[in-house]
Amino acid sequence: MKVVNNFSWMIGGPQGTGIESSANLFAQACASAGLWVFGKREYHSNIKGKHSYFQVRVFDKPINSHVDDVHLLATFEDSTARLHAHEVVKGGALIYDPTKIMLDDLNLKSGVITLPIDFNTVLRHVAEVTGEDYGKLAIMKNVIAVAASMALLRMDISEMEETLNRLFTGKKARLIPTNMAAVKKAYEAVEALPQEIHNQFLYHLTPNKKMAKRLLINGASATAMGKLKAGCRYQTYYPISPATDESNFLESHPESGIAVVQCEDEIAAIDMALGAATTGVRASTATSGPGFALMQEGMGWGGMNEVPIVVFNYQRGGPSTGLPTRHEQGDLMFSAFGGHGEYPKLVMAPADIDDHFHVAFESFNYADKFQTPVMILNDKLLTHSLQTIPPFQESGLVIDRGRLATPEELEAAITEGKGFPRFRPDAKTVMSPRPYPGQEGSPYWMTGDEHDDYGHITENPEIRIKMHEKRLSKYKLMLEQIPQDKQFTLKGEKDADVTLVCWGSTSGLLLDAVEPLKEKGIKVNILNYRLLHPLPIATEKILKSAKKLILVESNWGTQLGHLIRMTTGVFIPNQVVKYTGRPMSLNEIVDAVEKLMKKEVKPEVDPLTGMTIEKVVLTYGL
Amino acid sequence: MASKLQTPLTVAAYKSDVHNDWCPGCGDFGILQAIQQSFAELALPPWESMVFAGIGCSGKVFNYMASHGVHTLHGRVLPFAVGAKLANPNLEVIAVGGDGDGYGIGAGHFVHAGRRNVDMAYIVMTNEVYGLTKGQASPTLGRGQQTKSLPLPNTNDAIQPLALALSAGYTWIGRSYAFDGKHLKEMIKKAIQHKGMALLDVLQPCPTFNDLHTTEWFNKKVKGEGENVMVPRIFNVNDQGYDGAVKDPTNADEVNEKKSKAFEMANYVGERNPVGVFYEINLPTYVERMQAQVPMLKQYAPALMPYQDASHLPTTDLSKVYDEYLF
Repeated sequence: MKVVNNFSWMIGGPQGTGIESSANLFAQACASAGLWVFGKREYHSNIKGKHSYFQVRVFDKPINSHVDDVHLLATFEDSTARLHAHEVVKGGALIYDPTKIMLDDLNLKSGVITLPIDFNTVLRHVAEVTGEDYGKLAIMKNVIAVAASMALLRMDISEMEETLNRLFTGKKARLIPTNMAAVKKAYEAVEALPQEIHNQFLYHLTPNKKMAKRLLINGASATAMGKLKAGCRYQTYYPISPATDESNFLESHPESGIAVVQCEDEIAAIDMALGAATTGVRASTATSGPGFALMQEGMGWGGMNEVPIVVFNYQRGGPSTGLPTRHEQGDLMFSAFGGHGEYPKLVMAPADIDDHFHVAFESFNYADKFQTPVMILNDKLLTHSLQTIPPFQESGLVIDRGRLATPEELEAAITEGKGFPRFRPDAKTVMSPRPYPGQEGSPYWMTGDEHDDYGHITENPEIRIKMHEKRLSKYKLMLEQIPQDKQFTLKGEKDADVTLVCWGSTSGLLLDAVEPLKEKGIKVNILNYRLLHPLPIATEKILKSAKKLILVESNWGTQLGHLIRMTTGVFIPNQVVKYTGRPMSLNEIVDAVEKLMKKEVKPEVDPLTGMTIEKVVLTYGL
Repeated sequence: MASKLQTPLTVAAYKSDVHNDWCPGCGDFGILQAIQQSFAELALPPWESMVFAGIGCSGKVFNYMASHGVHTLHGRVLPFAVGAKLANPNLEVIAVGGDGDGYGIGAGHFVHAGRRNVDMAYIVMTNEVYGLTKGQASPTLGRGQQTKSLPLPNTNDAIQPLALALSAGYTWIGRSYAFDGKHLKEMIKKAIQHKGMALLDVLQPCPTFNDLHTTEWFNKKVKGEGENVMVPRIFNVNDQGYDGAVKDPTNADEVNEKKSKAFEMANYVGERNPVGVFYEINLPTYVERMQAQVPMLKQYAPALMPYQDASHLPTTDLSKVYDEYLF
């Protein structure tokens, strides 16, 4: 039985051998053929040699997740075949180099088609027809693997050619003939296979040329675009995986006018962004856990001085250096409660790659509106995952700079001659008027010490109460003024048997799980928290009226669960977690939900709460 | 650089009405006054001027100025100030802090600020102690010295900030003394007017905790060259023919020669304390370097760049950026 446009491809190899480029090539070819893709990248904290792999799932509808099954595994050296051959399903295929590995050494399932390609022979042929130096062609093995995959999937060679023409422009255009020679040879090799092998391979891709144009993009780039749209023109960063891609993107677009400053450390990064923000520019920084830890003192200063600033934390496996290039949602509690003392902070997480753009855009409005640091929790999965999505919906985007000083207020400050009352609460808006340096009448003082209306240091208890309460009352305003559909979403089946509760990248995965769970007779809906701190109290009703709740998070401690319990009193004993540094797959989550619904999970006592829980710990993936 | 007031303000216009709580006799008074005088003489509009300060006694300078005053975090005055200056180079931005703040906890930022050559002045109040925490040794106190709060003599060697600044790439390096008001004011003005990153290290007594290097100690005459010749401890190197200014920054030989001399002067060993301009060179500032790479920055400072229309709709056009990602 043929399976059309429902396919999972994997390519792997030592780092530095072009795995990412070949996955891009494959994903771009599928995307330009009008198919929907989701590509997941796994790699070590290493530059050359360690095993990396990229999985690209292709579907005829939009998707947000990967599956563990591999329908076609493309390898050109021995390690990937050894590590992943067992994941190829019956009716799927393995492309391998018979000069590098014996099939007997692999743990292949029966019914897997094996396609030997002698990569060096192909390369020698390429060298012959193009006159290129054979010794320099080794990097093209991955292109051969992609082309062989495409041929087996019955994608026309023109799809490859089109994609290569697009990929290699300018100086790189000279690489096209050599690449096409390799592609042609790979197609010939696959087409020469006995018809019987072609018949056995069940997976086909069929282009949908009527498909409207879509973006093929990852979360880091989507975030950067949202920042530019919001008018962010000052970005600081210190190199750290997986956050650096965002700053790289911004720096690669000097035409936008954004100033990107690489700092000496993350302390400088946050403080420089804060200094910039005091002049009125929309300023931001991007980092990951270790850098985020260093930024805490600066963020507290921003809270004390009511400076609008947005910090993007690209979460990775922690604690400490942890798993620098792997996925985790482990910084939620830290973001909500980090820093000494009390100040209002707003924590949000994008639900999918499209939402990276929108959260990035909105975050600057919230920072300005509530005059306080905003923290965005991205995570490694979507930072580096490639996904086809419709172009960002830009209509309806409006810039809100919050409460700024009016000409009358500046005039009054000049007359009064005591400086600008920057921190004097406004009876109506709570938020105080903010002047920009350069405006006559603007001078005021900023200090991390407690201060009065003008910013003068004070330890007066009455002023302390007034200022502390003013700042912390912003929590109430956030919940009142951020539209509810921006705070959380409830999607999925009506009259659901179970509500899956999540935040961040797991949201898209759970949406993908609605259909497969329905096929198993389980009707689910998904409560996704976009605003995480302050946690929307309004979700209490949804939680309390759900027939059953299952919490899904990529961490050990169910951090969202604790925030929910703290805020609403609802404890969710059914939990699915994963903390291997690898994201949950669609089949893993479907199985886990099914198990919990069938009461197949052994109850245990949660050490942190003393409550009885039923917890599924997912572990799949290399 | 801020615009210049057509009608200069008096020094009083740069003083805030905040009560000053430094100890009587503190060197900080001299420095504060010289900053206020410099601002008045340079006719800086207070609303276009930002004084960033570190943490410690010196940090309180921010609150005694009637310009924008920003009290940052301990050791972090430079990143804050650099952020503001790069975001809006039209502002006059100066950074002020103590030696513990700048050369201790902030040493990393101190070095990297030199590499960037941002157009601003950094004034460091060097008194060899952490005053506000009651007199612990700062990075400029010499090994074996024991000021009155130290239970035991200092076990660390002192750093030489001017030599460090030279290595880090500061393009104007000078030193003055807190109670030589005239010299100090002129040096602050020079540091502000220099196009690039200027370090002005200011020696000052801490009358409460530094009982070794007091005002009397600084004022005391010491033995000069020759029999029975007594000379002031503090001497201005520029008065004695020393010129640390590089005339041709493209001339590597001249740069090396001036740097070597400045290094030698910075590491002066003896009873006397040299002050004056140790080194000066004209190199492209960080803003100029950014402008070369991001042409729009020539037209607009980041803080003044347009990004929305009158109805607050974003005006950034992403269509060209999209092209690369559309399939």
